[in-house]
Amino acid sequence: MTTITLRRAETDAAPAAADRAAPFRTAAGGLVDRRRPLDFTFDGRAYTGLQGDTLASALLANGVRLVGRSFKYHRPRGILSAGSEEPNALVELRSGARREPNTRATVAELYQGLDAQSQNRWPSLALDALSVNALLSPVFAAGFYYKTFMWPASFWEKLYEPMIRRAAGLGRAAAEPDPDHYDKVHAHCDVLVIGGGPAGLAAALAAGRSGARVILVDEDFSLGGRLIAERREVGGRSGADWAATAEAELRGLPEVTVLTRTTLFGVYDHGAYGAVERVSDHLAVPAAHAPRQRLWRITARRAVLAAGAIERPHVFGGNDRPGVMLAGAVRTYLNRYGVLPGRRVAIFTSGDDGWRTLADVVAAGGEVAAVIDTRPSVPPALRREAEAAGARVIAGGYVAGTRGHLALKAVDVVDAYGSRETVACDCLAMANGWNPVVHLDSHLSRRPVWSEEIHAFVPGALPCGMEAAGAAAGRFGLADCLETGAKAGAGAASECGFTAAPEPAPATDPESHAHSPLWRVPKPRGKAFVDFQNDVAASDVELAHREGFRAVEHLKRYTTLGMATDQGKTSNLAGLSIMAELTGRAIPSVGTTVFRPPFTPVAIGAFAGHHRGKEFRATRHVPSHAWCEEQGAVFVETGLWLRPAYFPRAGERDWLETVNREVNTVRANVGICDVTTLGKIDIQGRDALAFIERVCANPFGTLPVGKARYAVLLREDGLVMDDGTIARLADTHYVMTASTANAAKVMQHLEFCRQWLWPEHDVQIVSVSEQWAQYAVAGPRARDTLRGVIDPGLDIGNAAFPFLACAEVTVGGGIPARLFRISFSGELAYELAVPAAYGDAAWRALMAAGAAHGITPYGSEALSVMRIEKGHAAGAEINGQTTARDLGLGGMLAKKKDYVGRLMKERPAMTDPERPILAGFRPVDRSARLRAGAHFLAVGASPSLAADEGYMTSVAFSPSLGHWIGIGLIRRGTERHGERVRAYDPVRGGDVEVEICSPVFVDPKEEKLRV
Amino acid sequence: MRYSVFSVLGQALRGQRDWKPHWRDVAPRTEYDVVIVGGGGHGLATAYYLAKEHGITNVAVLEKSHVGSGNVGRNTTIVRSNYGLAGNIPFYEHAMKLWEGLEADINYNAMVSQRGVLNLFHSDAQRDAYARRGNAMRMAGVDGELLDREGVRAMVPFIDFDNARFPVKGGLLQRRGGTVRHDAVAWGYARAADERGVDIVQNCAVTGIRRENGRVTGVETSRGFIRAGKVGISVAGSSSLLAGMVDMRLPIESHVLQAFVSEGVKPLIDCVMTFGAGHFYVSQSDKGGLVFGGDIDGYNSYAQRGNLATIEDVMEGGMALWPGLGRLRLLRHWGGIMDMSMDGSPIIDRTDIGGLYLNAGWCYGGFKATPAAGFCFAHTIARDEPHPVSAAYRLDRFATGHLIDEKGMGAQPNLH
Amino acid sequence: MRIRCPHCGERDNGEFSYLGDAAPVRPDGMEAEAAAMHDYVYLRDNPAGAIRELWYHGAGCRGWLVVTRDTRTHAISDVAPARDVALARRKGEAA
Repeated sequence: MTTITLRRAETDAAPAAADRAAPFRTAAGGLVDRRRPLDFTFDGRAYTGLQGDTLASALLANGVRLVGRSFKYHRPRGILSAGSEEPNALVELRSGARREPNTRATVAELYQGLDAQSQNRWPSLALDALSVNALLSPVFAAGFYYKTFMWPASFWEKLYEPMIRRAAGLGRAAAEPDPDHYDKVHAHCDVLVIGGGPAGLAAALAAGRSGARVILVDEDFSLGGRLIAERREVGGRSGADWAATAEAELRGLPEVTVLTRTTLFGVYDHGAYGAVERVSDHLAVPAAHAPRQRLWRITARRAVLAAGAIERPHVFGGNDRPGVMLAGAVRTYLNRYGVLPGRRVAIFTSGDDGWRTLADVVAAGGEVAAVIDTRPSVPPALRREAEAAGARVIAGGYVAGTRGHLALKAVDVVDAYGSRETVACDCLAMANGWNPVVHLDSHLSRRPVWSEEIHAFVPGALPCGMEAAGAAAGRFGLADCLETGAKAGAGAASECGFTAAPEPAPATDPESHAHSPLWRVPKPRGKAFVDFQNDVAASDVELAHREGFRAVEHLKRYTTLGMATDQGKTSNLAGLSIMAELTGRAIPSVGTTVFRPPFTPVAIGAFAGHHRGKEFRATRHVPSHAWCEEQGAVFVETGLWLRPAYFPRAGERDWLETVNREVNTVRANVGICDVTTLGKIDIQGRDALAFIERVCANPFGTLPVGKARYAVLLREDGLVMDDGTIARLADTHYVMTASTANAAKVMQHLEFCRQWLWPEHDVQIVSVSEQWAQYAVAGPRARDTLRGVIDPGLDIGNAAFPFLACAEVTVGGGIPARLFRISFSGELAYELAVPAAYGDAAWRALMAAGAAHGITPYGSEALSVMRIEKGHAAGAEINGQTTARDLGLGGMLAKKKDYVGRLMKERPAMTDPERPILAGFRPVDRSARLRAGAHFLAVGASPSLAADEGYMTSVAFSPSLGHWIGIGLIRRGTERHGERVRAYDPVRGGDVEVEICSPVFVDPKEEKLRV
Repeated sequence: MRYSVFSVLGQALRGQRDWKPHWRDVAPRTEYDVVIVGGGGHGLATAYYLAKEHGITNVAVLEKSHVGSGNVGRNTTIVRSNYGLAGNIPFYEHAMKLWEGLEADINYNAMVSQRGVLNLFHSDAQRDAYARRGNAMRMAGVDGELLDREGVRAMVPFIDFDNARFPVKGGLLQRRGGTVRHDAVAWGYARAADERGVDIVQNCAVTGIRRENGRVTGVETSRGFIRAGKVGISVAGSSSLLAGMVDMRLPIESHVLQAFVSEGVKPLIDCVMTFGAGHFYVSQSDKGGLVFGGDIDGYNSYAQRGNLATIEDVMEGGMALWPGLGRLRLLRHWGGIMDMSMDGSPIIDRTDIGGLYLNAGWCYGGFKATPAAGFCFAHTIARDEPHPVSAAYRLDRFATGHLIDEKGMGAQPNLH
Repeated sequence: MRIRCPHCGERDNGEFSYLGDAAPVRPDGMEAEAAAMHDYVYLRDNPAGAIRELWYHGAGCRGWLVVTRDTRTHAISDVAPARDVALARRKGEAA
């Protein structure tokens, strides 16, 4: 073994005074900056760490072993790992609105002022009242809750469940809105390299040098992977140096993007990847205008999976005692962070790899008490090394149990002959082999395959375009990592059309990965944990087996193995191997659970990005919006639109008074309403009419140029899709309107009809909803008002421009406009369309022109009142459940043409005379208020579904009539005018007797319309 | 062994040594009176009620994988009977009543938790639509309340009332709605059916359905031919594939629906809450994870996984409604395959082939229906006629026009 | 998921909306029996495997596309403008 130490230039300086207080910090070495101490607190106690520490390494440096309590038994837990697989060391990071529960201390970068709390304990970490659960653990075996808490039934919600819920959960979420913001970015590349260890760096270099666009992502804040955690040699330099040089070269390549602190969390179809960059999590608060995190949606032509491997714990009694760690993690703390995880370390290994720990502990100034190797024979060279270090070697033995309470004091060892002894130590390093990270290649439903060679699952058939390299492919040797990485990177770039050839891999120091895993020790002393976080012990796997939960998914769900925040990264294989042993099967025939995204948990805020609060969805403003705001209009959300609902004036007591005044003014004088939100579709071409005939249920053959007509569209199932108007501006030129809510749907439907159903038609359609501002001008003085706005030349007198006339006109001295004499209010009314850019000006001009005639602006409320007074169907009636006949439109449907919905509307249930049909309703007691959503019942009938005769769809207070009115759907409604029924509304305590009447309440003879 | 606090304590003292498998894992016999295809919640419940209600115990449930491997173990565990149409309400209320008595019935704690289901509304039109629905529920004897904004605030004070793009105006609350531990439903029914003599056969894929003279005679399986007088198909997600074995085409498409769970945290939300202005609904499991979901991905799929755009859409809805979620972390997301029907409602019916019955088309509502679907499907199979509460779920309703379209979306499965 | 629009190039599936199987052919409403229209509107093969299906590029060219995709893997093997496919089908019917 060479005597490399990891260091950076600046670390050669004398250690900062403040850090001398950290009792477990090594004298020198590591990638921490000893000149930059950082103060932090854990559970309110102040400590000091160094720049480059994680919270975990800083805690260990300060001798803090106990960092958490387990989920079920509240057992004391310490730090197991040095990476994102950590199951134990979960803390609440930060406080107040920024509190982040379940943060893994092993990946939380230390910053000045970091504030962390342990979680799931009360009153304190050392004295946790619920640790009594550990005494009850014989009761709390896997699945016990399915067998009890059943009596009495009402106690579940009242007593048992609240108790369980309070005890469960881990940390406490922030109760307040997240004060930080999140960003999203789309990126495209030729080669995506996942992981910045030796294989990933080699891959990125090989691909990057070819000129390919490369994105390299790594979850860590420093690149290098195991190169910065082990004392290794690459090309005659330290591995850390080689990694730093590689990183510098990559950052210098113009087509290469290096993203650290970035976790590639999911693989999706067709080369789409999700990654999250922790932009500001290493700071106390994000810099001004900087996001906390950024979601990367990466589209890559090829990907190299170089995500490394995760070390496996041993399953033995008390293996969760604080101080028991993964051997690789012990080395990471020693070499990268300059921290001794213990002063007297015992090593429990099943392979040569664990032995690396010995030299590292010694080099860092620690002592190795013993090396317990489960293999009966240990290579002589290793044995000599142990002897030189003064460490005992116990070959063919195992650790059966641990001693100590809140921290490890000793391990009970059984040797090859079965004799037991106790070895004092304050840290146990476990090495039971490594599992390639097969999570990401499983996201597209690929199953990993078992490798007998390395006793682990390795990637099976990889997703299209992905190749695995290095440890992620089960090639653990450093030379293999460099070689397979370079090959995969060059291969990926070549497949993207770049000229790339891997350069020969640099030489590395020798190593051995010989190992023979021990899946669990034969006779554990105490609980032997498989899943640390969820407190699943080997005995729980046995119980699952006994109770028939032997399928891998059953095992997982019955015991909760692998369902904690680490998703079984350190536990899945242990669980499988025990089940394999119990069922007498080989591990691969037990199966694998399917790994699901995300690879590590991702903040919900990152997925949402800026889409929150008012920016959740885009806001569309009508062209008159600025004017409406000036006037103090009250707005209402209508889909994405923000529409003026009404325009209160000083002295008006409530919305109803305002709306009444607006309605009355329209009916008496004139009003103006912004109806731009309607969909507007331009239809042109030789076959425009033929096309319209197919999509509309009523006939259009007789519509002359210069006229508009009401249009009904059905869905192919015969129910009404939408209604609107179609105006014929020229021989082969029509303009159609669709309702605000259905504008996009209708456009899509028309394109479907045009492109797919009747492609032979010579017709083009385009949405011009955005291009035209459109205003309804309604009331007896509407014509007078319009005359003040449209350019002279067009006679809009009643004779020349009657009801349903339309024309292209100009306004404001030559600005093109369109005028339609159509009415939703039942008054003499027009809709004037002007190019959207002139919308604001036209609105102001109309208001000015109408001033002399008493004009009022009116909003969506008054619009709705007037359409209900006229019995026009709108969204509440055209709700996807009604036929044209239900809405009283049956008579207008065409007989002699095919159109969408023609046949299906004739099905028996659609033409059943008992179907509820549109009618009007007025309260018998005229002072009573009506409510939409009330159901109709015969007077005297007791409420039941059988007695249900229909329901009220829309209601309004009619200022014209002086009482509430409603329209609704009721059985045989047209035949029952004058009959009384109940409008029954129990959810609002309403029960009003109403009289069925015509749905047209105002001007039934349409006299006002045609003057 | 009967499950109770006494048996649990007894076993605690005995090292949990005497527990037996919850159900026997048996090899299929060559002939049964009834074969149920599909060992999910519905199939197992059907077998249980065939035995319990109709005395038909010579029954096999054939499962191609393991019990509960389909949607019963992939859903977001919500139960409710807050439907608005006459064809649906009595059925889902029947399910709710069965949920309420489930634990006593099957001696298995499925953690039926009536914590309330709250559907938020954000406009007057939406309020009126919910009122219509709530009133229909009340007329059918189902509990339902319309809350105003302050009523909602009292229940879920942490959601965004002040800065929302679509302000919350109130909600429709069904207090008897809630959640049920999904896996336990499958396991509990499996155990209860097994106790009554039903054979549960795992790892047994049906590969064909044999017919003679217009009647089924049995099923071909990966473990051989199994003769049966009656065959019930209960394989949501794959219904079209089974129907295809007898040349039937169904008014169904298979779509992927994703579900999500966050890391476990201490109690945050007590009820089930749905956002009315986006695709997001949420509850919290007893273990502490927030369980949430949204819309289907929208395209035909038999792959049990979804895509990123839908995930973002769901999280955006979550953050818009509940801005305190930002720092909570998504732990896992997965997909299940839904039978999306043409009107958004299910089918429980006979088919044109004698002895062949179909339970299908559950869209994303199958879990909450489990007890009643099993109860009614068993009734249909045993009596050859529909149970009154599922009488509307006929296969021929698309031809007659008796649609049950709660959302009014029409014949496009991905819109329901 | 990524769809290669013949007009716009490869785009995220969020830009598209889905209709369903492209196989059913709409019968003429003046000539067909109700049963034929019922089958067109309601019955689907719903295959586990390759399916030709209709997508609408609403956030792009507004083109309807016929996408050939495997429902088990989501792999897309072909994308064609729906109008071209429909016209070719008409031609085939006429011949």
